[in-house]
Amino acid sequence: MEIKVSLKKVKSPLVRKVTEISDEKIYSCYQCGKCSAGCPFADQMDLLPNQVIRFVQLGMEEVLDCKTIWVCSACFTCRVGCPKGIDIANLNEALRLLHLRRNQDHLKLGKLPREELLKLPQIALISSLRKYTA
Amino acid sequence: MIKVNERIGVFICHCGLNIAGTVNVEKVAEEISKCKGVVHAEHYIFMCSDPGQEKVRQTIKEKKLDGVIVAACSPDLHEHTFRSAAASAGLNPYRVEIANIREWVAWPHEGKGEEATEKAIKIIDAAIEKLRDNMALLPVEVPVTKKVLVIGGGIAGIQAALDCADAGLDVYLVERGQSIGGKMAQLSETFPTLDCPQCIETPKMTAVAQHPKIHLYAYSEIEDVNGYVGNFKVKIKRKPTFVDWDKCTGCRECMKVCPVKVPSEYERGIADRKAIYISFPQAVPNKAVIDAENCIRMKYGKGCGLCAKNCPSKAITFEGNGSIEEVKVGAIIVATGFDVMGVNSFGEYGYGKYKDVLDALQFERLLAPAGPTSGKVLRPSDGREPKEVVFVQCVGSRDPDNWHPYCSKICCMYIAKQAMLYKHAVPDGQAYVFYIDIRADGKGYEEFVHRAMTEDGVIYLRGKVGKIVEEGDKLRVYGVDTLTGRNVVIDADLVVLATAVEPSKGIDDLARKLRIQLDQDGWLSEAHLKLRPLESLTSGIFIAGAAQYIKDITDTVSQASGAAAKAIALLSRDKLEKEPIVATVDEEVCVGCGNCVSICTYNAVELDPELKVARVNEGLCEGCGACAATCPSGAIQLINNTKKQIFEMITALTRRD
Ligand SMILES: Cc1cc2nc3c(=O)[nH]c(=O)nc-3n(C[C@H](O)[C@H](O)[C@H](O)COP(=O)(O)OP(=O)(O)OC[C@H]3O[C@@H](n4cnc5c(N)ncnc54)[C@H](O)[C@@H]3O)c2cc1C
Ligand code: SF4
Ligand code: SF4
Ligand code: SF4
Ligand code: SF4
Repeated sequence: MEIKVSLKKVKSPLVRKVTEISDEKIYSCYQCGKCSAGCPFADQMDLLPNQVIRFVQLGMEEVLDCKTIWVCSACFTCRVGCPKGIDIANLNEALRLLHLRRNQDHLKLGKLPREELLKLPQIALISSLRKYTA
Repeated sequence: MIKVNERIGVFICHCGLNIAGTVNVEKVAEEISKCKGVVHAEHYIFMCSDPGQEKVRQTIKEKKLDGVIVAACSPDLHEHTFRSAAASAGLNPYRVEIANIREWVAWPHEGKGEEATEKAIKIIDAAIEKLRDNMALLPVEVPVTKKVLVIGGGIAGIQAALDCADAGLDVYLVERGQSIGGKMAQLSETFPTLDCPQCIETPKMTAVAQHPKIHLYAYSEIEDVNGYVGNFKVKIKRKPTFVDWDKCTGCRECMKVCPVKVPSEYERGIADRKAIYISFPQAVPNKAVIDAENCIRMKYGKGCGLCAKNCPSKAITFEGNGSIEEVKVGAIIVATGFDVMGVNSFGEYGYGKYKDVLDALQFERLLAPAGPTSGKVLRPSDGREPKEVVFVQCVGSRDPDNWHPYCSKICCMYIAKQAMLYKHAVPDGQAYVFYIDIRADGKGYEEFVHRAMTEDGVIYLRGKVGKIVEEGDKLRVYGVDTLTGRNVVIDADLVVLATAVEPSKGIDDLARKLRIQLDQDGWLSEAHLKLRPLESLTSGIFIAGAAQYIKDITDTVSQASGAAAKAIALLSRDKLEKEPIVATVDEEVCVGCGNCVSICTYNAVELDPELKVARVNEGLCEGCGACAATCPSGAIQLINNTKKQIFEMITALTRRD
């Protein structure tokens, strides 16, 4: 499927909002891939971390529906290696926020089985609520 | 001060629409024509064009102008043009001033025509005020010593020295290592022609040794530099070799018996040398030196002495035979080259920890037919032939957040070469290259990389490596291929890192002695990156080779010949002319505090020991004005930039508000 690249897309609200929330310099990424090469969870992701940035650079809103941003554990391995000083974990956080702002929770508490809910430590529950829900 | 009758002409340039698109040039001309002493004011579409310059010349003659203002672009661009034009019409060039109404007015104030026009008037008005007190000057004449100093004996220094010497100039070539040759002498073969350095560099090294005009100072360093263009005085320190070079024949008997082994700099640590050594077989000069830090006899003052016993020429003295010699030269060429980033960086790649993770210069030595393995590619850890080799590009380069922002420029090419040579050495092996971009921008370079890919089957993976860990006797490389969007894992036998290059160690100290500048990354600063890339900002000092910024051999040699040509041109004259904008001292006013002496970067000011007043050496003074700004009594001033002139300019700039 081709990607339509246009002025409108590059100057899209996505780029502006992600930049505003994360304060990361999206366009300084030169796609070296070091973030992906070091990421311990890359296996579980549908887009590699460098691809997530690429999608944002090109204003592709569908990035908000990818799995990667939820899989990212904010371990900061990518941040440490990135030659351009981009904090990808922080960027993923911005993308999660934008997803959640559409009022689409990523976690539905009601769908969790009761036994599991009882077993889960409170702190885990609270942090996942913070990460996965609006 | 000469009396001026004040017949000033003002020429206002449109610069096409660059200036006239914003500034109302007609209004400017009208206003300026009302200024005191202005007898002519006009505007024209391109003042720098031939007809434009002709207007200036004509008007000088017809209206007997004694001063000219050109209101146009930055004086950097055309001050020289208009001063020469005026001179050809008989007006002293220093009676011409440029008022910059393009970079200072039209460009920054685009779209604000009215304000810009007012500002242009003020700036021209101020220039007129300065011009009123400008003295007519003659250039300062200085004599010339027709000799050249070349610092650094890599291929850049070698080429520059040979060119200057062939032009008949005496050359002092100073190399701090035991031998000349630089990095090129360490290479296996060179891209894109695959010439071996022994075939193409060694003959040049021999030519240096044999040239009657070249005085080679190997194992030497620059101690001190004084003087100015045409007349530098340089102290060269010969470091103690503890061997009498007049007697040493280079037979190497000493090295056979010396019991001390030290990692060899030439072999980049993958093989040893002795405490007494000659760096490599083709070394020039072919003379031994003792490394006093490691020699047993030198350390303890007694014992060992095996080398001396074995030396058939009785050349080894163990006596500190260093010396300092002073030479006079007219020009200096700096060719101090570069270093390759070393161990203890790049922890994620296990560099310095895993024996089979090498930097590219070490790998050059493994590939070199005359290297420690005689060109066989063998793993340092166990001597096995590696069947899978991973090359990683851009290690520490293009990495502003951790190391260096710049591209090291040569590594894309030498990695292609190394991968290719590895395949030639191990035909059943496989080479992989992790790259971000491939920069192959020279004659035959793209074709060379193409050859590595197609003929030698080198697999290029687009992405960086995240980490390398040892797994058994393999190195597990975790990388990415951004083109498939997949992470990549390779179990390699050997890893080669294209580590970033850096300016050579000690360059900051040398630059201070030479009073030349370095850029933010430590490379030598050129006078202008585009138009004066071979000159430093200090007249008479030229720069060549990788010291200015990393470059390959082709570019290094071209730049070296270019710098040599510049030096030859400079020294072809019997006298040199220098800008007469220098500092002058009013001895009546000077209190002898010496502030100017200590602030001057060019050592141009001295205190007269008897009269206790400052004296300026016009040859040394670069007219920077630092002394004038620091003088508490206003005694030292820059000609044509006096305090009075500056205050008049400020008044002119403010009086219309
Ligand atoms: C791994 C590797 C592979 C390469 N392969 C190729 C190739 O295949 N083809 C190619 O075209 N290029 C290649 N190059 C690049 C090549 O090495 C350089 O272009 C070349 O060496 C630059 O020459 P230079 O004289 O400017 O600097 P250098 O070779 O660094 O020489 C500088 C000299 O100055 C001396 N010096 C430094 N400071 C002082 C001082 N203060 N006082 C006195 N002396 C001093 C040093 O001891 C040295 O001898 C390669 C480089 C590397 C690292
Ligand atoms: S490591 Fe940094 S520059 Fe490289 S792809 Fe990832 S975010 Fe971009
Ligand atoms: S003198 Fe300067 S401002 Fe005028 S035309 Fe030439 S470049 Fe443009
Ligand atoms: S043995 Fe003597 S002559 Fe031979 S290389 Fe050594 S010092 Fe020179
Ligand atoms: S030359 Fe190639 S490998 Fe070297 S820093 Fe530049 S892009 Fe990277």
